[in-house]
Amino acid sequence: MATKLNFSERTIKFQREADPEWARQVSEHPGCEGLFSCLQCGSCTGTCPLSIYMDYGPRRIIGLAREGFRKEVLNSQTIWLCASCYSCAVHCPQQIHITDVMYNFKREAIRSHLYPKRFAIPVLAQEFYNVVRRNGRTSEFLVVLRMALRTNPLILFTMWRTGLDLLRTGRLKLMSEKLKHVPFLPKEDA
Amino acid sequence: MSEEIRTGVYTCHCGSNIAATVDVKAVAEYAAKLPNVVVSRDYKYMCSDPGQDLIKQDIREHKLNRIVVASCSPHLHEHTFRTALAKGGLNEFLFQMVNIREQDSWVHLDKPAATVKAMDLVRAAVCRVALHKPLTKGSVPIRADVLVVGGGIAGIHAALTLANAGKKVYLVEREPTIGGHMAKFDKTFPTLDCAACILTPKMSSVRAHPNITLWSYSEVTQVDGYVGNFKVTVTRKPRYIMEDLCVGCLECIEACVYKEGKFVDEFNMGLSKRKPIYIPFPQAIPQVPVIDPETCIDFKTGKCKKSCVDACGERHAINLKMKETTEIIDVGTIILSTGFQVFDAHRSPEYGYGVYPNVYTALEIERLVNASGPTSGEVVLRDGKRPKSVAIIHCVGSRDEKNNRWCSRVCCMYSLKLAHLLKEHTDAEIFNFYIDIRTPGKGFEEFYQKLRNEGVHFIRGKVAEVTDWAFDPSEEGKLVIRVEDTLLGFARRIPVDMVVLATGLEPHADAQEVRRRFNLTCSSEGFFLERHPKLAPVSTFTDGVFLAGACQSPKDIPDTVAQAGAAAAEALALIDAGHVEIEPNTAFVLEEDCSGCRTCIPMCPFSAITFSEETKLASINQALCKGCGTCVASCPSGSIVQNLYDDEEIFAEIEGVLSNA
Amino acid sequence: MPQDYSYFPGCSLQSTGVAYDESVRALFALLDLKLHELPEWNCCGATSYMSIDEGSAFVLSARNLSLAAQAKHRDLVTPCSACYLVLKKTQDYVEHYPAIANKVQQGLQAEGLPPLNGVQVRHPLEILYNDVGLDRIKHASVRPWRGAPIACYYGCQLVRPYCDSDQQQNPTHMEEVLKAAGIPTVDFALKTKCCGGSLTGTIPAVGQRLNYLILKEAIRKGAGAIVTVCPLCQYNLDAYQADIRKSTGEAIDIPVLYFSQVLGWAMGADAKALGLQRSIAGKQTIKQWFAASEREEKAHV
Repeated sequence: MATKLNFSERTIKFQREADPEWARQVSEHPGCEGLFSCLQCGSCTGTCPLSIYMDYGPRRIIGLAREGFRKEVLNSQTIWLCASCYSCAVHCPQQIHITDVMYNFKREAIRSHLYPKRFAIPVLAQEFYNVVRRNGRTSEFLVVLRMALRTNPLILFTMWRTGLDLLRTGRLKLMSEKLKHVPFLPKEDA
Repeated sequence: MSEEIRTGVYTCHCGSNIAATVDVKAVAEYAAKLPNVVVSRDYKYMCSDPGQDLIKQDIREHKLNRIVVASCSPHLHEHTFRTALAKGGLNEFLFQMVNIREQDSWVHLDKPAATVKAMDLVRAAVCRVALHKPLTKGSVPIRADVLVVGGGIAGIHAALTLANAGKKVYLVEREPTIGGHMAKFDKTFPTLDCAACILTPKMSSVRAHPNITLWSYSEVTQVDGYVGNFKVTVTRKPRYIMEDLCVGCLECIEACVYKEGKFVDEFNMGLSKRKPIYIPFPQAIPQVPVIDPETCIDFKTGKCKKSCVDACGERHAINLKMKETTEIIDVGTIILSTGFQVFDAHRSPEYGYGVYPNVYTALEIERLVNASGPTSGEVVLRDGKRPKSVAIIHCVGSRDEKNNRWCSRVCCMYSLKLAHLLKEHTDAEIFNFYIDIRTPGKGFEEFYQKLRNEGVHFIRGKVAEVTDWAFDPSEEGKLVIRVEDTLLGFARRIPVDMVVLATGLEPHADAQEVRRRFNLTCSSEGFFLERHPKLAPVSTFTDGVFLAGACQSPKDIPDTVAQAGAAAAEALALIDAGHVEIEPNTAFVLEEDCSGCRTCIPMCPFSAITFSEETKLASINQALCKGCGTCVASCPSGSIVQNLYDDEEIFAEIEGVLSNA
Repeated sequence: MPQDYSYFPGCSLQSTGVAYDESVRALFALLDLKLHELPEWNCCGATSYMSIDEGSAFVLSARNLSLAAQAKHRDLVTPCSACYLVLKKTQDYVEHYPAIANKVQQGLQAEGLPPLNGVQVRHPLEILYNDVGLDRIKHASVRPWRGAPIACYYGCQLVRPYCDSDQQQNPTHMEEVLKAAGIPTVDFALKTKCCGGSLTGTIPAVGQRLNYLILKEAIRKGAGAIVTVCPLCQYNLDAYQADIRKSTGEAIDIPVLYFSQVLGWAMGADAKALGLQRSIAGKQTIKQWFAASEREEKAHV
């Protein structure tokens, strides 16, 4: 099979593209303190069940971050594929809280609108947030429905069987409960 | 006091080290106006010969009788300047040093403020030095006998060096044989010479040397005294076989009622079995068996026919009633060469040691490839099959904040060595998994190159896990390594037959106990701390106690032997000097004021204070006192005084430093 | 040993994980342990919420801890692994970061809620292991096990990163508890691997692949069922088996139960009270193991 040759993309990075000050700020955030102690040993990516689907994997995200490549980090799909299983964090020989570092990047990506539009994972996070914000509790049905509507409504057709199974076994709650009074909830949707 | 105080003050620039942050000229001018100051100068390098000559000259010309030098830390040059005083004809203790470098110029940025601080410190010294009295250094004789603790390669080498120099050496070893870890190794890196071939002749020399008393299966249980005059108690565990009667025929082992070995053989890392009566390995020194009371039938039930005793016959070397004994010896110096322990691989559960039988530690592989090991050098898995693929995982229990944060220094090279030996023995595919390969020794990098050319795989990545999870039939029945190949940039799964864990080196579990017994300090990781990392690497903070080998930090055999030689040389230097000088900054008891309350006695960290039942007074051994001042502060009646730190001197210094405020 | 606990079921236990709620309540009742549900508890601040707004996630989570501090019983039980993790993480961050502690403290004070001191976040498995003990479990287990051996699946968030009583990399409490109840188990290397979390909803191909690998390895090791400690793990492994059969062509159909269901069964609770009818996969096996022997017992009486 012939590979299409492509000479339009260069892989060199210029130092002007890096933002070391951003890296320092990241390392000062709670949970991100260990950023600069990374050995680049790869035990995080090695143990991560999702790294095989990621564009960079946790090791390279940490490497990019501490060199200040903000755009690459926040645009990556790696940070969104992180399922928060904490395997990297418990394996890390430098005890870097890699999962918390990922959370930090997810939040910054959302704040800076730097994630791919109609990408289901950040949309799910936002809809989860919105439902909790309104009701104080979440409702799996509502969150998934809203996520699907915002990203790819066709996906609902692939979910019918599971939905039916859940309904049949009494595990699908269509009505969501609304708490009378829960303080501290934010005023606006994400 | 009728004497007229005439003080000289010398402020050092230390190139720009001090002068860049402290206005040295202003300090000198300021000092010139202080009471009693006759001469005040500044100079580029006070520690240089011309700098010292200035002091000597001024003592003569200006009849100076007190000297203050404001420069660096007394650790560096107090001795230099004291010598200059002595050469100038002044008692060397009529001197005070002010540290305006480490404690001023190096730690401040604000020049005017740093200059004021320097002036304050100089003023304090000028006030205090006026009260100094002439003192003389004490001296204690040094005993020529040496104790070496630990009979691995470090202890063996140190003991032989000292013994060859004609000194009497006591070598104490905890295990039934000397040889240490090196005796278990197959080959040594990078030269691949046989470890036993180079070690066992030295072990035999220890046994044969008329100047060495070897006590194996023994431990030092108490250390009293001080440099030159240590009193050491050695506890000798019963081995139930009399060393002086045993001829080493080993017929007793043959005769044991257990026809086959049945208990974990410690020397072979549990890969073979031994009998209750055994010798750790064929070339063990002393060549005397030992009986393990935990497993011997006679000790457990009293109902054994004692065929070992029969086999020994007329020699009567076996004594099942043997008791623990103690020996008390007097030595002048001590060399500690107690070695290390290997990291317990169970503590890194992600690698499956103890779960999957074909996960081994490196030390187990050393025995497995060894011709006199449990399989006579045949490398086979637990099921007897020869491995076709082997993974060697580096940094197990090293460079890891979850267990040991330090680099164990030898694992890279021993992993390369084992890779070579395994390849040689089995022709298997060998995969090394590393974070960084560290080969900075002589011939090490060349060895690494050789291994690459032998076709050994080197994959940069810390292995995430070893499992028996078979993803597809190609992995069925294998141990599967999951790792990110960080250089290629993707995760890999590599099925292998055998996994070798390159376990790191750590301090012995009882290192803290030993530390206390010998009055040492430990670094944060628990290895014994040397006096200075660069300039006194084998000395300790306890005079007369030296370190050799991996008890100080992980090191390979060449470095261990070099350090053992250095420790022996340090001990010899002390012995040949015949005596040691001791600082006169010691404390002493004013007998007329002492109430005999004994408050001071438990406070002394050096056990230097004794209480006389006859006079009911405390007294301080000047050779033991380290001048820490704890007793001075604790004495309720103020009857303990310390040279160079009496109350008057300290108050004068405090008043001096504060009088500008 | 406390007999009374505050209870935080969490949102999942009211919908997809309702069988978990039912079986934990049934099991605790059999052991004379009382659960007092926190009044008006709210979302724990879970994973997804944490991805948007950390600050308010901590305050939200802290409110539940504060409700427990106010309640009579300061041991707060939560069966959901995600809730367990988030509540513990909140305590950890409040302890270690003064800025977060201040924000949380101010929020609670404004609502007249007490600080979260002294609350212990507990998981039912850990309570069974430590408070009840293997001996009592052994004695309380009255039904002999008729089924096949079971693979214990811990998933991630119960053992990572906060793991107070079990071994983080190789947890064994579930196996020990099940063994004490006379239920045989099989060891499998994927017991703490990730089930995919919410990826089954967002990127089904990826999420279901993770589910598939776990199911397949458990079956390869000879397990007849999988038990879990987390509503999301149970849902993911249970609900997508039909899809997985379709995509892989492999005949995978294995019951995925809560540890509280099999233990409750061993201790004599009836199938319905444990929510055993709510499982989607392995229905035939469940019928064989539980419903049939329940009928047998009734006939016997």
